[in-house]
Amino acid sequence: MIDLPKPNPAVLARRGEILAALHALVPDGPFGQGVIGDPHRLRAYETDGLSAYRQPPLAVVLPATTEEVAAVLRYCHQNGIRVIPRGAGTSLSGGALPLADAVVVGMMRMNRILEVNTADRYAVVEAGVTNIGITQAVSAEGFFYAPDPSSQLACMIGGNVMMNSGGAHCLKYGVTAGNLLGVKFVTIEGEVVEIGGQYLDAAGYDWLGLITGSEGQLGMVTEVTVRILRAAEGARAMLAAFRANEVAGQAVDAIIASGIIPVALEFMDRPAIHACEAFAQAGYPLDAEAMLIIEVEGSTEEQDTLLARLKEICARFDPISLRVAETPEESLAIWKGRKGAFGAVGRISPDYLCMDGTIPTGELPHVLRRIGEMSDSYGLLVANIFHAGDGNLHPLIMFDANDPESFRKAETFGADILKLCVEVGGCLTGEHGVGVEKRDLMPVQFTAAELAQQRRIKSAFDPQWLLNPAKVFPLEGNPALAPAA
Amino acid sequence: MSVATEALAPADEAGIVEAVREAAASRTPLAIEGHGSKRGMLRPVQAGRTLSTAGLTGITLHKPAELVLSARAGTPVAEIEAALARHNQMLAAEPPDFSVLSGHDRPATLGGMVAASLSGPRRIAASGALRDQVLGLRAVTGRAEVIRSGGRVHKNVTGLDLCKLLAGSHGTLGVLTEITLKLAPRPEAGLTLAVGVADLAAGVAALSTGLGSPFGVTGAALLPRGMAELGLSGPTALLRLEDMAQFLPHRAGRLRQDLAGFGAVTLVEGEASQALWRAVRDARPLQAAPEDAVWRLSVKPSAGPAVARRLEEAFGARMLLDWGGGLVWAAGPATDAAHAAVMAAAQAAGGTFLLFRAPDSLRSAVPVLPEEPPALAGIAARVKAAMDPEGLLNPGRLRG
Ligand SMILES: Cc1cc2nc3c(=O)[nH]c(=O)nc-3n(C[C@H](O)[C@H](O)[C@H](O)COP(=O)(O)OP(=O)(O)OC[C@H]3O[C@@H](n4cnc5c(N)ncnc54)[C@H](O)[C@@H]3O)c2cc1C
Repeated sequence: MIDLPKPNPAVLARRGEILAALHALVPDGPFGQGVIGDPHRLRAYETDGLSAYRQPPLAVVLPATTEEVAAVLRYCHQNGIRVIPRGAGTSLSGGALPLADAVVVGMMRMNRILEVNTADRYAVVEAGVTNIGITQAVSAEGFFYAPDPSSQLACMIGGNVMMNSGGAHCLKYGVTAGNLLGVKFVTIEGEVVEIGGQYLDAAGYDWLGLITGSEGQLGMVTEVTVRILRAAEGARAMLAAFRANEVAGQAVDAIIASGIIPVALEFMDRPAIHACEAFAQAGYPLDAEAMLIIEVEGSTEEQDTLLARLKEICARFDPISLRVAETPEESLAIWKGRKGAFGAVGRISPDYLCMDGTIPTGELPHVLRRIGEMSDSYGLLVANIFHAGDGNLHPLIMFDANDPESFRKAETFGADILKLCVEVGGCLTGEHGVGVEKRDLMPVQFTAAELAQQRRIKSAFDPQWLLNPAKVFPLEGNPALAPAA
Repeated sequence: MSVATEALAPADEAGIVEAVREAAASRTPLAIEGHGSKRGMLRPVQAGRTLSTAGLTGITLHKPAELVLSARAGTPVAEIEAALARHNQMLAAEPPDFSVLSGHDRPATLGGMVAASLSGPRRIAASGALRDQVLGLRAVTGRAEVIRSGGRVHKNVTGLDLCKLLAGSHGTLGVLTEITLKLAPRPEAGLTLAVGVADLAAGVAALSTGLGSPFGVTGAALLPRGMAELGLSGPTALLRLEDMAQFLPHRAGRLRQDLAGFGAVTLVEGEASQALWRAVRDARPLQAAPEDAVWRLSVKPSAGPAVARRLEEAFGARMLLDWGGGLVWAAGPATDAAHAAVMAAAQAAGGTFLLFRAPDSLRSAVPVLPEEPPALAGIAARVKAAMDPEGLLNPGRLRG
C-alpha cells in the first residue's frame, strides 16, 4: 500500500468553518448542491477507478463557473488547504483519490458545450463535458473528437487533458495533447489565464503542452478548446490470429514497416481472447495464442485495398485464421470482444489491476514471456491487451480483494511488470498516469536530478504543494508531505 | 547589443555540461546554437560566449518498424531526412528550411529545429505538430545537470512532460543534446488542387471545405498573389492530398466537385506538387527583401483574411497563408509602425504572433512575442529560475 501524507490537524479542526466559507463562495444551483459535507455523501467521492484505495475528503465543492473555481482555489490557497481536482473519477492510477484534509473540486456541474465551429474545426467546452459528449455535439456535421479512451462515456475532457489520455484510435490521430488548441487555466492563487486559443501553436513556452498530462499538479482547467476532425468515409476491421506471441509481434512490425498506419492495431493474448470470447461470443479463435484487431478507414474501395494488403502481410506469418469484415456490422462484432475486455476480465475475477506500461514494440514477445513467468511465480492470472501500434501494454492482473495477501502480491507483480517495461526501454505509464499507484516507482525511470527538476517545475506553479499532493512524486525529500505515522 | 565573441563546440554531452558549469563559475551567459541558422530569429542574445551543439552529431537509433529515430542535437536535419528517405519515412511535421528566408546557407540542426519547434504545412493534419513528435530528449539545464524526459516509445505520460516545455523554448531552459522523434511513413503519392479564388475570404472558405472533407487534406495554403509559374495571377488556394497512388484520383475528383463553386481548379502532380509545398513550407512566396522584417501570425483560419487586409493596408505587407488560412506569414518594412500593426492585428484576431526576422535595431526594441498576462509571466519567471537559476542560457532571446 502507498503512504499518504499526515492530515493537517489544524485544517481538520476547522472543518465547519471551511464548509461554511466554501458554501458562501459556491451557492447551491437549480441543478445541484454547491458544497457537500455530509459524511455519507462524501463516500461517493472516496475513490476513483483504482478502487483499492479509499479516503473520504474533508469536503466536496462543485463549482458551476470558472469564477467559482477561482474563488475556491484562492480561498484554499489563503488558508493552506489541499485541493484535489476531480473530473469523473475514472482514473486508473488513483489520480483523483482524496486526502482526509483536502477539498475535492469536482467538475460535474461545468458541463456545457460553449461553441462549435466546424469551419475553423474547433469546439470550446467546459471541463466537465464527457469525452463522448464532444463527439456527440459535432457528429451531426460529420465531425468527431479523435482521442477515444474506452471510458469515453463517463470520463470528462478536463480529466483527459490532465491525464493526456489515449484511445484505440490514437495510432492515427494522436493522443489528447495533439488534439488541443487551448485551455482556461486557474492557478492555485485563483488567477484565471487563457492558454492558447482557437489557433495553432501559441508563441513562447508551450504551456498547453506542459499542462497536458500534468495530473492536476499545476492548476485547474475549467474550459478546453479541442480540435475537431472530419470523420472518414467509413471504417472496417479485420482479425488475424497467430500461433505464438512472437509471430503476432513480427506481423505488427511488418505492418508498420509497410507504410500502412491503420487507425487501430490491437493485440490480445490467449487469456484475453478466452475471457473476451466467453463474455461477448465474438467468434474469436480459441486455439490462437495471439490475435490482432486491425482497423482501416476510407472509402469502401480504399478499405478493400488496405485490408487486402494487410491480409497479404498477415498471411506471411502462418496465421491460424484471417477474417476481414465485409460489413460495418461484422466490424462491430470483431470489436465487441475487445471493447468489453475489462468487463470480460471482471467476470472471471471481480478484482483486477489494470497496468499500463509502454514498451518498444519489438520487445513484445520477450515481455510477454517474462510476464507469463511472473504470473506462474506469483500464482496470479494475467490477461494482456496491447495497443500494438504504439507499444502501450495493458496487463490485467486478477486477484481477490478479500484477501490482503492477494492484493499485496498483485501490486508487487504489477510493479515488476512496470520495472520490466522500463528495463527494455519503455516507460511506467503510457496513458493512465502515475497518480498514487506508480508514484513510488518514479525512481525506476528517473534519476534524482530529473525528479528534482520536475518537482521544481511543480513548485513554480504551486509553491506550497497544495494541488493534488502526494501524487506523481515520491514523498521522500518533500517536507511539506510527511507520510502519516 | 553585445555580440558573442568566443565560441565553444564540445564534441559530446559531457563537454556541454562542462561548458555550462564553467559559464556558471565565471558568470558568463551563453548563446546556445547549432550552426546558427536561426540566429536571426526573435531577439538578439546578450551573451559573451557561444556554446554550439554542432559537435554532437550522429543518428544513435533508427527503428523503421517502430517509427522512431534518435539523434544527437547537432546532427543536420538534412542528414536525418536523407536517412529516413532510404526507408520511405519522413519527419511528419515537415519542418521548414529557412535558409532562403534568412539569406544564409548554415544547415539547420536537429537541436535547433526542436528548440524552435516550427512545424510546416502538415501541421494542420492529425498529429502534425513537431512538438507532438518529440518522444524524448536529453538536455543540459542551466544547473549543468543532464536531464531526460520522455523516452523512445510512442506513448508516455510518466511525470511532467518537459519535452513539451523544452521544445520551443529556444534554448532558454536547457541545451538539447539528444532527441528522439516519432516518424511517419512517406506517402506513396501526392497531388495538389490549385483553385483560383475571388479573394482571400473565398480562399479560406475553399481551404475549410477541403479540411472539412473526409479526403485527408495534408496541406492547405493560400497565395494572395497567385503563382506565375502556373499561370495563376490572382489569389490561389492550394490543397494537398497524399496517400496510396491509387486512392488519389477518386479523392481528387470528389474534392474538385466540392470546390467547383470557388473557381477554376488546376491539378498539380508529381515533382511539381512537391516543389510547390517545399516553397510554401519555406515561405519562399514571400520574396522577402534582405532588409525586410518577417512575421508569423497564428489566428483562427477564418480570421486570416481580415488580418491580411489590415497588414496590407498598414504597410503593404507581402503575405502567404498556410494552415488553412490560420498561419499568416507577412514581410514588410522593419519599422516600429509595421510591427505595431502586426501586434494589433494578432490581438484583434485573438491570436498570436512572432517576429521571425528583423534587423537587430527592431528586434531588440520591440516585444517579439505577445506579452504574457501577469499570472503567467510570474510562472514563466519561476520556471526559468527552476531550469536556469543564474540566467546563463540565451538571455534576452524571448523577452527583454
Ligand atoms: C473502464 C475504464 C477504461 C479506461 N480506458 C482508458 C483508455 O482507453 N485510455 C486512457 O487513456 N485512459 C483510460 N481510462 C482511464 C481514465 O478514464 C482516464 O485517465 C480519464 O482521462 C480520466 O478522466 P476523469 O474525468 O475520470 O478524471 P479523474 O479520474 O476525475 O481525474 C484524473 C486526474 O485529473 C485531475 N483532474 C481532473 N479534472 C481536472 C481539472 N478540470 N483540472 C485539473 N485537474 C483535473 C484529477 O485530479 C486526477 O489527477 C479508463 C478508465 C476506466 C475506468
